[in-house]
Amino acid sequence: MSVLTNITLKVWRQDGPDGQGRFESHQVPEISEEASLLEMLDIVNERLVEEGREAIVFDHDCREGICGTCSLMIDGQAHGPTKGAATCQVHMRVFSSGDEIVLEPWRADGFPLVKDLMVDRSAFDRIVEAGGFITSPTGGAPDANLIPIPKPVSDASMDAAACIGCGACVAACPNGAASLFTSAKLAHLNLLPQGQSEREKRTEAMVEMMDDHFGSCTNHGECESACPKEISIDNIALMNSDYLTSKFKNRKKLAR
Amino acid sequence: MSTNAPITLDSKIPEGPLADKWQNFIANEKLVNPANKRKFKVIIVGTGLAGASAAATLGELGYQVEAFTFHDSPRRAHSIAAQGGINAAKNYQGDGDSIHRLFYDTIKGGDFRSREANVHRLAEVSVDIIDQMVAQGVPFAREYGGLLDNRSFGGAQVSRTFYARGQTGQQLLLGAYQQMARQIGLGNVKLWNRMEMVDVVNIDGRCAGIVCRDLMTGEFSSHAAHAVVLATGGYGNAFFLSTNAMACNVTAAWRAHRRGAAFANPCYTQIHPTCIPQADDFQSKLTLMSESLRNDGRIWVPTNPDESRSAADIPDDDRDYYLERIYPSFGNLAPRDVSSRAAKRMVDNGQGVGPLKNGVYLDFADAIDRLGEQTIRERYGNLFDMYERITGENPYNEPMRIYPASHYTMGGIWVDYELMTTVPGLYAAGEANFSDHGANRLGASALMQGLSDGYFVLPYTISNYLAQWLNKPIPDETHDEFLKIESENRDRFKQYMSIGGTRGPDYFHRELGRIIWDYCGMDRNEAGLDKALSEIPALHAEFKKDLKVTGGDTSINQTLEKAGRVDDFFELGLLMCKDALVREESCGGHFRSEHQTDDGEALRNDDDFAHVTAWEWSGDAEAPIEHREPLNYEEVEFQTRSYK
Amino acid sequence: MAQTLSRGPVSGTAVKSSAKKKSFLLDLYGTAVGKKYVMAITGLIGIGFVLTHMIGNLKLYIGVVNEGGELIYDADYYGEWLRDLLVPFFPRTVFLWLLRSVLIVALIGHLHAAYTLSVLNRRARPVKYQSARDYQVANFASRSMRWTGIVVLLFLLWHLADFTWGWVNPDFVRGAVQRNVVASLDRIPVAALYIVANIALGIHLFHGTWSLFQSMGWNNPRFNRWRRGLATGVATLIVVGNVSFPAAVLVGVIEFDPDAVTCCLEGHSE
Repeated sequence: MSVLTNITLKVWRQDGPDGQGRFESHQVPEISEEASLLEMLDIVNERLVEEGREAIVFDHDCREGICGTCSLMIDGQAHGPTKGAATCQVHMRVFSSGDEIVLEPWRADGFPLVKDLMVDRSAFDRIVEAGGFITSPTGGAPDANLIPIPKPVSDASMDAAACIGCGACVAACPNGAASLFTSAKLAHLNLLPQGQSEREKRTEAMVEMMDDHFGSCTNHGECESACPKEISIDNIALMNSDYLTSKFKNRKKLAR
Repeated sequence: MSTNAPITLDSKIPEGPLADKWQNFIANEKLVNPANKRKFKVIIVGTGLAGASAAATLGELGYQVEAFTFHDSPRRAHSIAAQGGINAAKNYQGDGDSIHRLFYDTIKGGDFRSREANVHRLAEVSVDIIDQMVAQGVPFAREYGGLLDNRSFGGAQVSRTFYARGQTGQQLLLGAYQQMARQIGLGNVKLWNRMEMVDVVNIDGRCAGIVCRDLMTGEFSSHAAHAVVLATGGYGNAFFLSTNAMACNVTAAWRAHRRGAAFANPCYTQIHPTCIPQADDFQSKLTLMSESLRNDGRIWVPTNPDESRSAADIPDDDRDYYLERIYPSFGNLAPRDVSSRAAKRMVDNGQGVGPLKNGVYLDFADAIDRLGEQTIRERYGNLFDMYERITGENPYNEPMRIYPASHYTMGGIWVDYELMTTVPGLYAAGEANFSDHGANRLGASALMQGLSDGYFVLPYTISNYLAQWLNKPIPDETHDEFLKIESENRDRFKQYMSIGGTRGPDYFHRELGRIIWDYCGMDRNEAGLDKALSEIPALHAEFKKDLKVTGGDTSINQTLEKAGRVDDFFELGLLMCKDALVREESCGGHFRSEHQTDDGEALRNDDDFAHVTAWEWSGDAEAPIEHREPLNYEEVEFQTRSYK
Repeated sequence: MAQTLSRGPVSGTAVKSSAKKKSFLLDLYGTAVGKKYVMAITGLIGIGFVLTHMIGNLKLYIGVVNEGGELIYDADYYGEWLRDLLVPFFPRTVFLWLLRSVLIVALIGHLHAAYTLSVLNRRARPVKYQSARDYQVANFASRSMRWTGIVVLLFLLWHLADFTWGWVNPDFVRGAVQRNVVASLDRIPVAALYIVANIALGIHLFHGTWSLFQSMGWNNPRFNRWRRGLATGVATLIVVGNVSFPAAVLVGVIEFDPDAVTCCLEGHSE
C-alpha cells in the first residue's frame, strides 16, 4: 500500500451566500492512495476541529456514486479527473505526491452557494416538479407485463434514467446550462410507452422551468464528459425535437 | 425519569384466516371521506422509498402532507443505493412462485421471528408494487420480447427479483420521488428540505407533531399535525463502518423512542456478505457489491492459510468453495447471515485473501468461460467498474475480494399491524420499523417493504386512526408542550457547542463503532456484550466531557449535526447490546456463539424466544424496560432453517 | 431568474400563473431551446449562402468568356444572371432582393438570438470560477463562437462596403465584379484581412454545422458519426475556396484587364 506525501489542498471557503469567499491552503503531509478524496477531506476536517477551526463544509452522502449529493470542482473539472465517476469515487491514487489539488464549489446562478463548497441544487427539483413524472395514482396501475417494451427502448430509457441529479452538467457547462439533466429526465420518460400521454405537456413544462433557472446549450459537450453516469448529449437532441413538437402538435390528436 | 405513558403492545392483527386478514382489515377499517381528507395534516419525516411513496399517495388522496428531508433533495435518500432488485410474487417465470411461497420464504429467511400477518400482507401487495412502478416509468430490465426479466436472489429457489441494471433502488426511488414531486408541484405536498427532525411532541397521550432543526440556519421550529410518519431508515451506522450513507442515523427513531415509542429487536442487524473489504483505518464507509453477483460468481478461499500464489495460479484442488461445499442445495446463494458467518469463519481461520487477509474471493472466471465476457459485462458491468474504481483491480481478470459489512437493520421502532408505534398517531414505515423481516432480511426485500408500507399500507391504515379526530381541533405550535420541547432541543444543541473538549464527533463515532462491531457484530457472546455494556457508557461520558464542536450554530454546521447523531448512537448502541444479551439464542442476524450447533450453525430456541422484544424508554439509557410480543404462528410451523 | 436561498416549505411550484400565453411562436422563441432553433435555421441559411457564394466566386478563375458575341468576365456575367433570376415572372432584381431579404432577416434573427442567449448565459453564471477550468471536450471553435461571429459580422460589413457599396474599394465600378475584386484584393493588408476573416468563418461554421444537428434535434445513431465529418468538410470547403481568391489575386492567377472585354464595363445600373 503506497502513500502520497506533501499534498497541498486549495479549498474555497465562504461563510455564506453573501459572504466574500477566498481560497485557503491546507497541507496533507501523508495520505494512503487507497483513500478517497473525500476521506482525505474528512481527515483534514477532523484535524481542523481539533485545532479549534471550523470544518470545511461539503456535500456528500452515499460515497458510492449513486445519491448525487457530492459536488466539487476538482482542479477545474466537475467531479475531478476520474471519468464516469462522482467526486466520492475519486481516489487518491489518481494524484501524485506533491500535487496541489484545487477544490471549488459549483458555480451557477441556479445553484446558489450555501457555504464553503456546498451549493443548493433545489432548482433541479423544480424542474422535476414541473413535469418529470408519469401521472399514475397509486392503485390504478394495469398489470406490469400488459405493455411489452422492446429491450432497446427500455435500455435507452434506463441509460437516461441513470442520471443522479448531481448537477455536474451545469457545473461543467461554460454556459451554466441544465440541458443534460433536463433532457435525461425527459428521455427516461418520453421513450417509454407509459410516458406518451404526457410527453408533450411534460417536455414543454420542464424545458420552460429549466429556462427560469439555467443558461442555454451551445453544444460544447462538456456536460457529457463530466457526467458521472456518462449520459449522452443525444438526449439533448431528443429534448429539442420533442420541444418543437410540443409547440406544434395538436394534442387532441396525440394518438396519431 | 420518563414521563411517557405506560406501554402496552397490541399488535391489532385482524381477524380471519391469514390470507384474508388484509382484505378483512380493508373491509372493516374506518374511512375518511374525500372532502374531509383535506382537514387532516400528516407529517412525513424522511423521503426515501417509504416516505416519498407515502407522501405521494397521501397527497393524491387529498390529505395535507408535509414532508421533511435533511437532504438537499428528496431524491438523495439512501434507498437510492440499493442495487440488486425488488421481490414480487408475480410468477412471471412460471417457476412455481406464489404469494404463499414469497410469504413463506420471508418468514423462513427471517428465521421465524417475524409477524405472520405482516409478512403475508407484504407478499400480497408485492404484486401491486411492480404494476405501480412500471406504470410510473421505472425502466426494469426486460427480455428481448419486451416482457419483464427476473433474476434469482439469495434465500429463494425461484426467480422473482425485478431489477433495473445494478441501480434498482435508484430507479424505484426516482419513481416514488417523481410521484411526490408531482404532488409538490400541484400544491398537495409541502416539502421542507435540509430540515432535521430532532424530537417528537406528544400531547394528551397522542402524537401532536415534531420539532425540527433547520440545518441551514440552525433555527428550531415546531410542526403540528394529526399524524406523524417516521420513514427515517435504519441505524446501521451505529457500527461506524457500514454500507449506509454517511448521514444515515437513528436520531428520529431514537428521539421517538425517548418519547414513548417502543424499540423492537435492536440486536437484529444484517451483515451483508458481499462488500469490498476495508483498505485502511481512515476508511469512512464500506461499499456494497450487489448480492446478485452471487448468481454467477463463485466464492472461495485458498485451502492453505499460508497460500502465497495469486488467485489465478491456485489450482482447483487447493481452493475451498466453502459455500458450495457446506450448503450444496443453495451453494453461493445461501442467505446473507449464513454466507456472512461462513466468510468470517474462513477469515478468522487465517484463510483470508488480499493484502490485509480480510476478504474472500468472489470469482467470475467460470461464468466468463461459460457465458462470455460480454454477457457478464451486460449483467454486472457497472458493479465491476465500481469495484475497479475503488480497489484499482480489474475483476474481469482477477477475482473480486469481498467481506461482510453492516448493511441493514431489521430491528426498529415497534409498530402494530397498522404501522402505528406505541404512541397513538405516530407511525413508522420502511427500515425504520421492525415489522416484516424478523431476524434476517432476504435480499431484494427492503425495497419491497419500503414501497409496500408507503404506497399500499399506510394510506389505508392511517384513515383508521384519523377518522376519530374529524372536526376536533389539534394543539398548534404555540402549545406549551411544543415550546418546552423546542427549548429543550435548543439547549441540547447549545450544550454540544459549549463542551469545548478536544475531539470531534467522528472520533467518538469511530470508537463507538469499534466496540459495537467487536462485541455486537457478526458473532456475540455474553462476556463481550457485558464488556460493551460497560465500555459504551464510559465512552459516552467521555463524549459528554471531551466533545469539541467548532463553527457557529446559525449557519450550516456539519460537525454539530454529527454530534447530535453520535449522541443518539451511544444510547442506541447500549440498547443493541442489551437486547443481544437477553436474547439467549441464535437467530438470523443475531448469532450468539454460546448457542450454536456442533457444526457451527445458529441454534434457535423457539420455546423461550419466539417473541419480539420491545424496549420501553425508562429515562435511563442503561435500564430500559423489556416488553414481549409473543409470535403466534397459525400458518407455518417452526423449522430449523437449513440451506444445506 | 436569480436564485436566492430562501427557507420554508416548497409547494405548488408547477401551478402556472394565469398570465395569458403568448402566441405559440413567440412562446417558442421565448425559451433558450426555441432560440437555438432560430440559431440553427438561420445558421443553415447562412451556410447555404456562403456555400453558393463561394461556388459563384469560383467564376473569377474562368476569366473572360464569349457570351453572344460579347467578351465578358464570367464573374460579371454571373452577377447579371443573378439580377435576371426568374425574369419575366418577377421584374429584374426583384427575386434577388427577395433572396437578400431572407438573408437579412436570417442575419437579424441570428444576431438577436445570439445576443439574447449570450445575455442569458452570462446571467446563468454571475460568479465565475475562481480557479482555472480544465475543459475536456469543449474546443476552440465551440468556445469562440461569439468572437468568430463578431469577426465575421465586421468582415461582412467591410465586404459590403467593399464590393456592394464601393465605399472602401479603390476602383469601384458597380456591377464589374472581376474589376472590383482584383482592385481590392491586390492590396496585401486587405487580402490578409480576407484570409483571416475567412478562417474565422470556417471555425464558426465548424462548430455551427455540427451544432445545428443537435439544436434541431437531428440525432440518429445511424448518421451521428458523420456529423463531425460533415462539419469539417463544409468548413474546409468554404475556407479553402474563399481563401484562394485573395491568394490567387495576389499571385496573379485572378487578374483584371479592361481591354480584354467588350461589354458592360462601366456605369451598369440595376
